[in-house]
Amino acid sequence: MADKIYRVDMSSLNASIEPVPESWMGLGGRGLTSTIVAEEVEPTCHPLGKKNKLVIAPGLLSGTVAANSGRLSIGAKSPLTGTIKEANAGGTAAQMLARLGCKALIIEGMPEGDAWYTLYMDKYGITIAEEKELVGKGNYSVVATIEGRTSAKHGLITIGPAGEMKMLAANISIKDPDSHLRSNGRGGLGAVMGSKRIKCIVISPTNDKVEIACPEKFKEANRTFTKALVDNPISQALGTYGTDVLVNIINEAGALPTRNFTAGQFDGHEEISGETMHDLIVERDGKPKHNCHKGCVIQCSQIFNDEKKQYKTSGFEYESIWAMGADCCVDNLDCIAEADHLMDDIGIDTIETSVAMGVAMEGGLLEFGDGEGICRILREEVAKGTPLGRIIGCGAASVGRAFGVTRVPVVKNQAIPAYDPRAVKGIGITYATSTQGADHTMGYTIATNILGVGGSVDPLSHEGQVELSRNLQIATAAIDSTGMCLFIAFAALDDENCLPALIDMINARFGINLTADDVTNLGINILKTERAFNEAAGFTSKHDRLPEFFYEEPLPPHNVVWDIPDEELDSFWNF
Amino acid sequence: MPKQEPITVTVKLFAFFRENRFKAKELSFPAGTTVRDIILDQAIDPAEVGVTMINSRHCDLEKKPESGDQVAIFPVIGGG
Repeated sequence: MADKIYRVDMSSLNASIEPVPESWMGLGGRGLTSTIVAEEVEPTCHPLGKKNKLVIAPGLLSGTVAANSGRLSIGAKSPLTGTIKEANAGGTAAQMLARLGCKALIIEGMPEGDAWYTLYMDKYGITIAEEKELVGKGNYSVVATIEGRTSAKHGLITIGPAGEMKMLAANISIKDPDSHLRSNGRGGLGAVMGSKRIKCIVISPTNDKVEIACPEKFKEANRTFTKALVDNPISQALGTYGTDVLVNIINEAGALPTRNFTAGQFDGHEEISGETMHDLIVERDGKPKHNCHKGCVIQCSQIFNDEKKQYKTSGFEYESIWAMGADCCVDNLDCIAEADHLMDDIGIDTIETSVAMGVAMEGGLLEFGDGEGICRILREEVAKGTPLGRIIGCGAASVGRAFGVTRVPVVKNQAIPAYDPRAVKGIGITYATSTQGADHTMGYTIATNILGVGGSVDPLSHEGQVELSRNLQIATAAIDSTGMCLFIAFAALDDENCLPALIDMINARFGINLTADDVTNLGINILKTERAFNEAAGFTSKHDRLPEFFYEEPLPPHNVVWDIPDEELDSFWNF
Repeated sequence: MPKQEPITVTVKLFAFFRENRFKAKELSFPAGTTVRDIILDQAIDPAEVGVTMINSRHCDLEKKPESGDQVAIFPVIGGG
């Protein structure tokens, strides 16, 4: 089936289907969401007003049998950062949208009045139905109710109460194959969906398949690609310990931000580590391995049960565990799992919200280490949208302003995740220069700075950091356009068969002849498109800086400050 | 030539290297012992080693730790 653009105008409550413009044909995922946002959204518009648009796009390979190709990109102007934004997640929606022939879904305008809506999508189009039953409901309840209305096989994209209340840390959740949730986490995209008054989007299953121009070549390339992923030792460790395997190594390297970014090592690191999580999961009959979408051969997700062996959470990631753990000094995985569970239900970014809690602890709201207190505030304040809950739900910078705290770890208002930039200089370059505020996934220099993947660059030296971050940011923008999980990058960086096989798959899917240079140029063009949007929105290189305290407060154990000169940071964009 | 004293270091193991071994242990080695020697002493295949650190700084396998050092040995791991 030919790809098409689904467009929903929430001002007039009309939905339409359009052909794909020539210039969007070769794009998918982040490349497409950022191109559409840049073309159609006024950069200076209010992100929660009618001029912003929410753009949802599967990747170039989504819907095919390509391994690990189930990521869904969602883009808009971010209400948290004011920049362009793309966040991607697994779940079943990307593959289902691609099979419907949906190249992108563009949601624009906003309705008058205070009604809420659910969108039902199938191959014939979109029905916009008023939603009453689910208003104010948490994501778990949305999943159960929609499955009751339709079927467990329907895809679901939803917001929780945080999105309805337009909190700036609100995320968008995607249902996974086992009816659990994955999150397009960062940048407050849930608030944009809430501003359009859309509670959820339901996607009908179809027997239609994505057309493959050269099926034999595709099959062969996928075989090579899958082998590269499966053989990679990092994939194997991810399947055993999840991403939380990073706690101990980042702690050992002295880069685990602790007690609101005042130390680089956490005494309770073992208690929250991937090793401990693995043992707990096995002991409680959970699953160390779990796939967030069909066709994932890495399976870094897991089923984490509570002490009574009942399901508590999945997709229990290093960054979430670090944020509630080391950053808030909570050394109890069950407490962190409870908070993770609550945040998934409320529909709020675990990184932003937990870093906000760390700032609030410094502001005196809670004692560091008070995990029960975090859960209580999530339940009684954030979920209910009390004034305090809204301050926390609008992120770390919001809490810093409200509580008069100056040690606020954000770039462009977005919370800095799990790797202290003073002790890992490369990731600091990424945080500062990223087109989307502080985000480790934009250019994951940890691979080369800490993990020895793709070579080795000393994390404490200035040498080679800008180039490392630039190369990774370009490559990431390209990968984010394919629908591929970013974890394919570990194999791509060290296995020479991986990237050519990925390009062969794209070529076989569309009957084209991209080269490696074309893919690099795609990444470059995406970054430049995003940068141009931000500049038109008023951002300059002066915004590409880390907060003051990183320059002034030495981080133990290495006792290092952030000391990359501004000119070096600005040289990032010399390409 | 004066006889060199043996060294005592804290060896830390991670992920599956802990299976049938330990998390952290103080061990003594002859003077001149390298990180590679310590890895082999634990019957770990150096090819499976991803990252080694002495006192929280990355090091190569030929580095010789000093008494009192912390030697951390990780398999090839990743996340993010």
